[in-house]
Amino acid sequence: MLGFIAARLVKAVFILLAILVLNFVLIHAAPGDPAAVMAGEAGAADEKFLQDLRERFGLDQPFHVQLWNYMKGAIQLDLGFSYRQQMPVAELIWDRLPATLLLTATAFVISIVFGVAAGVLAAQTQGTWWDTLISTLALIFYATPLFWVALMASLLFSVWLGWLPGFGYQTIGANYTGIDRMLDIGKHLILPATTLGLFFTAIYMRMTRASMLEVSRLDFVKTARAKGLRNSVIQRRHVLRNALLPVITLAGLQAGQIVGGAVLTETVFAWPGIGRLMFEAISQRDYNVILGVFFISAAMVLLFNLITDILYGIVDPRIRLTK
Amino acid sequence: MKTFRLLTSAAAIALASALSAEEPVSGGTLNAVIQPEPPGLMLGLIQNGPTQMVAGQIYESLLRYDTDLNPMPSLAKEWTVSDDGLIYTFTLQDNVLWHDGEPFTSADVVFSVDTFLRETHARLRASLVHVDSIEAPDPQTVVFTLKQPFGPFLGIFETGTMPMIPKHIYEGTDFANNPANNTPIGTGPFKFQEWERGSYIHLVKNEDYYIDGLPYLDEIYYQVIPDAASRAVAFETGQVDLLPGGSVENFDIPRLTAMDNVCYTNDGWEFFGPHSWMWMNLHEGPMTDKNLRKAVMHALDREFARDALWNGNGNLANGPVSSVTRFHDPDTPDISFNPDKAREYLAQSGYDGETLQILPLPYGETWQRWAEATRQNLSEVGINSEIVATDVAGWNQRTGDWDFDLAFTYLYQYGDPALGVARTYISSNIAKGSPWNNVSGYVNEEVDALFAEAAVQASDDKRQELYSKVQDIIVDDVPLAWLLELQFPTIYRCDLKNPVSTAIGVNDGLRDAWLVQN
Repeated sequence: MLGFIAARLVKAVFILLAILVLNFVLIHAAPGDPAAVMAGEAGAADEKFLQDLRERFGLDQPFHVQLWNYMKGAIQLDLGFSYRQQMPVAELIWDRLPATLLLTATAFVISIVFGVAAGVLAAQTQGTWWDTLISTLALIFYATPLFWVALMASLLFSVWLGWLPGFGYQTIGANYTGIDRMLDIGKHLILPATTLGLFFTAIYMRMTRASMLEVSRLDFVKTARAKGLRNSVIQRRHVLRNALLPVITLAGLQAGQIVGGAVLTETVFAWPGIGRLMFEAISQRDYNVILGVFFISAAMVLLFNLITDILYGIVDPRIRLTK
Repeated sequence: MKTFRLLTSAAAIALASALSAEEPVSGGTLNAVIQPEPPGLMLGLIQNGPTQMVAGQIYESLLRYDTDLNPMPSLAKEWTVSDDGLIYTFTLQDNVLWHDGEPFTSADVVFSVDTFLRETHARLRASLVHVDSIEAPDPQTVVFTLKQPFGPFLGIFETGTMPMIPKHIYEGTDFANNPANNTPIGTGPFKFQEWERGSYIHLVKNEDYYIDGLPYLDEIYYQVIPDAASRAVAFETGQVDLLPGGSVENFDIPRLTAMDNVCYTNDGWEFFGPHSWMWMNLHEGPMTDKNLRKAVMHALDREFARDALWNGNGNLANGPVSSVTRFHDPDTPDISFNPDKAREYLAQSGYDGETLQILPLPYGETWQRWAEATRQNLSEVGINSEIVATDVAGWNQRTGDWDFDLAFTYLYQYGDPALGVARTYISSNIAKGSPWNNVSGYVNEEVDALFAEAAVQASDDKRQELYSKVQDIIVDDVPLAWLLELQFPTIYRCDLKNPVSTAIGVNDGLRDAWLVQN
């Protein structure tokens, strides 16, 4: 097991480096550069202004020198400096990380809990109106664009009903502390986390349902029934446990995105997270921030893939990691 | 407060203007929207819109301007100009302190202009070429001596153009990397308190402000809300009380301004005079044909664009100089919407059906729709075109590289043709790589000479004569297609009084704003 993990880690480092180089090349291939965007924002710029900016950011150097400098820093975990925000990239990401983790992890939990529960319920009530209701809702959640759901949720719960704040992370200026602050953040979290969770809830539900129905037709389940086991035991120990394998794969994928944030949700709800940081950085061609976020996201995806592989072994002992 | 809610918005506006004669009261928190989040708040280094909107309350310059662009005292309490227009002497206010308690003196002015801004501020640098020396004979006096008269000189003392920078903090340091940039120190009515990136910027009242009783507000929160629809929601739900111009999409404006207790104004943009047009590519391609350019100009239904896309806000531009900018000439050659005339010019042109590439401005829905309306207008007179989608960085690059036939843009005029108009038309300002110079590639020696001569006249009458002449020539040449003098309404809760009292509106006006205390 340890050997397997070590080998995977070494491979992950090389994959990460390759991703860094690829990202660097792709971003620099996009039209425009940060100096031009910043000069544009200033409303007026002369050649000296642009030249000064490019020199300050090292953008006047040949491409391979820029790439080499970046890689040298990245290997030492120095993600560079944000041109536009005038701050080290690591500090920017670190600042935004708590908000993003709170949002994506909450959405993750919501989608797993509700998705799997609804999937189990739908599978167990196959063909009834419960099943139809759950499957229809899942289809709607799956098919509706996220930004539309976000805007409608904001319109309904914030503008019309006035129950929940429509944007932001906290009540600005309220200066809450302790439990009041937690409650305040929690209130702000409800709309974005639920909105973000809906799509994955739908996927988990459909996958759990399909997987459970498939597993329950297998021979070992028939055997369990023939042995006279109670239905609840069969469903929990035999069916659900085996049906969860594809769900875990998907959860691994979703978990990998946790750190990358959620661009649309964070933008619509003005949630100060990493997804928004990246979105703004892309439009401003803030190269180092984009690369930094991609780097962290890629690292997380690799890490969660590894965790998923390990979990497979725990859930299904037939998968031998050492082989 | 309750009474207000029962009023219609028109009545609310009428009442608001009547109430503004009320005695101002101190206190209260103002929640405003800021978008996009500024890259920094050090106004000497960054002069983009959002930076100026926040930092304009922290930093000050020597003068402010009323909505007719007349100079008013700010850090300078009085000023004189010599008869030959070469020597400008400013007397500074007494007892002005920086936010860290150090006194503000004429040495700060000399350092700010001659050292700091000369190095960092591209737009000011262009005006400073006319300045021979800046001296501080005593702590309260600053003397600018010019090489030759420079007509718009009194117009360059606005906060965003010439913010005062504390010498004791920046002298001898690396300006761009000075740690103080993160905690800006100015002399303004509000002090920087906190910036939670991605969420808000918090300013608090400067208790030691040099004018007793000002500012009225206790604090301002600028909330960062990236999505335009969410900004509208934030205003509707009362989470913010002030939407600076351009904060929401145009189609949301009628809905928001129809709400109870909501006021709005189009004032506060006179100094900027945002003027929109389509660049035409005179370097190569079909737009080098003057008859085709005239055909395009007459094909544009700008009244429709204003009424349908801008909710009736804005005026039809009649040439290169905005009607809010000095030396505007209302009698330029006709460029009105006239499809028949457009077809006539098209017939006289060498246009053979090629597809023109239109580059919309990637600043939101309105600009996209405007490009679509333009395409429709052109097609109605027989000109083929297609819209090329880009983001901001791509737009900058394509425009700067002259890779378009028609490209939407708008630029500020800064109150005077010498500051914000000439740059678009003079041939010495043609250079690949920048989308803010003479991008069209327009060359007319007479225009060059007239702009050069008009800038260095001391007499306003003489300047008017020269600028009128140059406006006629340019309009006749149609080097670009003028669209609208844009207006961006500032929308606010009527409980907020007097948010706009200067030519740059909420960019420096919150000093005099106050909230009705309920």
